[in-house]
Amino acid sequence: MTDTETKPKKEKIPRQAMPEQNPGDRVKNFDEVPCGYPPETAMLEAKRCIQCKKPGCVEGCPVDVRIPEFILQIAEGDFIGAARTLKETNCLPAVCGRVCPQEDQCEKTCILGKKGEPVAIGRLERFAADYERDQGAVKIPAVATPNGKKVAVIGAGPSGLTIAGDLVKLGYDITVFEALHKAGGVLIYGIPEFRLPKAIVEAEVDYLKKLGVKVITNAVIGRLKTIDELFAEGFDAVYIGVGAGAPVFMDIPGENMSGIYSANEYLTRSNLMKAYRFPEYDTPIVRGKNVAVVGGGNVAMDSVRTALRLGADNAYIIYRRSEVEMPARKEEVHHAKEEGVQFLLLTNPVEYLGSKDGWVTGVRCIRMELGEPDASGRRSPVPMPGSEFVIDVDTVVVAVGTMANPIVSSTTPGLETNRKGYIITKGESGETTRRGVYAGGDIVTGAATVILAMGAGRKAAQAIHHALSGSLQDDGEKR
Amino acid sequence: MSSIISKTNLSDSVVQMDILAPEIARKRKAGQFVILKVNEQGERIPLTIVDSDGEQGTITIIFQIVGKTTAMMAVMKVGDEIQDVQGPLGNPTEIENFGHVVCIGGGVGVGVIYPITKALKEAGNRVTSIIGARTKSLIILEEDMKAASNELIVTTDDGSYGVHGFVSNVLQKVIDGGEKIDHVYAIGPVPMMKAIANLTRPYGIKTIVSLNAIMVDATGMCGACRVAVGGKTKFTCVDGPEFDGHQVDFDLLTNRLRMYCEQEGQSYERHRCGWQGN
Repeated sequence: MTDTETKPKKEKIPRQAMPEQNPGDRVKNFDEVPCGYPPETAMLEAKRCIQCKKPGCVEGCPVDVRIPEFILQIAEGDFIGAARTLKETNCLPAVCGRVCPQEDQCEKTCILGKKGEPVAIGRLERFAADYERDQGAVKIPAVATPNGKKVAVIGAGPSGLTIAGDLVKLGYDITVFEALHKAGGVLIYGIPEFRLPKAIVEAEVDYLKKLGVKVITNAVIGRLKTIDELFAEGFDAVYIGVGAGAPVFMDIPGENMSGIYSANEYLTRSNLMKAYRFPEYDTPIVRGKNVAVVGGGNVAMDSVRTALRLGADNAYIIYRRSEVEMPARKEEVHHAKEEGVQFLLLTNPVEYLGSKDGWVTGVRCIRMELGEPDASGRRSPVPMPGSEFVIDVDTVVVAVGTMANPIVSSTTPGLETNRKGYIITKGESGETTRRGVYAGGDIVTGAATVILAMGAGRKAAQAIHHALSGSLQDDGEKR
Repeated sequence: MSSIISKTNLSDSVVQMDILAPEIARKRKAGQFVILKVNEQGERIPLTIVDSDGEQGTITIIFQIVGKTTAMMAVMKVGDEIQDVQGPLGNPTEIENFGHVVCIGGGVGVGVIYPITKALKEAGNRVTSIIGARTKSLIILEEDMKAASNELIVTTDDGSYGVHGFVSNVLQKVIDGGEKIDHVYAIGPVPMMKAIANLTRPYGIKTIVSLNAIMVDATGMCGACRVAVGGKTKFTCVDGPEFDGHQVDFDLLTNRLRMYCEQEGQSYERHRCGWQGN
């Protein structure tokens, strides 16, 4: 508090809005919705930061980005310098500037937010990273001399890419094994182009490759080779960052009918396989006219907004609680509403109806009311008897969560998982019950955010470095 | 990138290829499959690994030209490269000495039953094999199947070769012959697998089928390949591809396989018309 009091009073600049495509246009394309700050707007917004001596924003950031420092650089017009500051602690700033829930992290703890609106940290992060990339000014920093230690990273998602970046800079020989044909994990298959352009993810992966990270795609660990075999090949440590990729279905009648997708499938077809550009791309997707998306999280919002762009006349969100309990970011709900998504709140599907040839034609729903708070602290929804009704649909996307995929854990002796199949780790280091094996991200925590997975990667990088640099010294002594 | 090392046309519409994939070749077991993606715009398609050569580092695949991707692959030459090959995927076949087994392959499904037949024979089973196709020119791998079986019976729907009729007619005769059958493996078009499962059910003969559901990632991530087995939802890619034929809901599988008929037709048509636009 004293920080603010001792500074001379500045002229009040309002939080700067970011220009975006208007809703009528953007539902007809897959281009990014917000267009980013122009430089002068970014500088104006950056000047709002009062440069706290004890910045709350940094405490709110899972990867400890030096926020006031990079914002000051933007305010002074040193955009490239700002990008470099960001990259010292965050290898994916262009991604985080777009998909981090800043309102729950850095911006939540920004002092300006106490009385007015916080500094738009996410927008500034995005601006600096985009500026550097657009100017072709991305510099490959010097990495430490190779230390001869090899680390295998399983999964090229946010967590795996972060640990790969951190360790390669410290001189480790890093190989990332990715099951799909393209690196990026959820950033590539899950988050749509209109929220995170794939060219940005590709640029971030290329940056890591230039740092010396080897990325092997089409490598399904657990099938192609096991973790035991990786150790036999000479890896000194293994990091598991495979995410929580298995879809959850509701197990209600008719759920396997044609036209019913998991959100994972719907988004993978559209994003990874570019089915929205069919027939130019070969993978098809159902372009439903009446599409219901079940769920209230970010994945549900991504799915329903994809459905609109694929040409839906009616795109519904069916969510069993009310808007207050919705786990999706407010910004995403706001965008969905602007685009014409219809929200059926306090509503739950109980059965799918279909045609003779097994294609979904309707979803029978029941109204819900909120009862007592459950374990998560949210009031739990209770069905209202006799309130059932049917909505006509030709496509359904089930976006009610994901769970652990057992493909790695089931083939790794000594690797313990909990009741739900998530890998058990010791504290923040990511150490598992198997020596030399670390894990982090959704496969440990269950489905969470990109930045939390990155934070886990960062902490495991430190733990692995600690463990292996100790053995480096041992080796030195032996010689 | 995986190079095509050799290529043979088994019939007008069925092609066999050896492709370079040394790690998969070393690791794969009978019953497993790969996902192929031909190029940047390509879709991901599952194909059974028919055979492998550890020394040469190749795997063998067999496919029928049914749509754009397979049509594109059919005109690829030795030395050309397939952009992505991912595998081995799916659970291997449980291979044991069960006693007397009957291996049934229909159409291009013979390519899928062949590695299983070979492994069962090597495990000491007495193997009776029945392979069939619509007509003589579509019969594939006859010599390989003969070598992998104690006895091979060939059928054609039109009677142009071997026994006139369906593989199920021949199976009925084998059952009627009285020799005990411990396991039946049936792989081919869905109606064939359904017919075989219906035939063996009253006799209580354990019948394994391998399902060809539509897949995307094939690692348990998307659920495109979900099927109902014994009333429970299973993912063909990670829970299968083999299931107890008596428990499979073949009608659901048939419906789900038709989900993209229209788009598949559109894509194939566009390809055949030599579409060059972008």
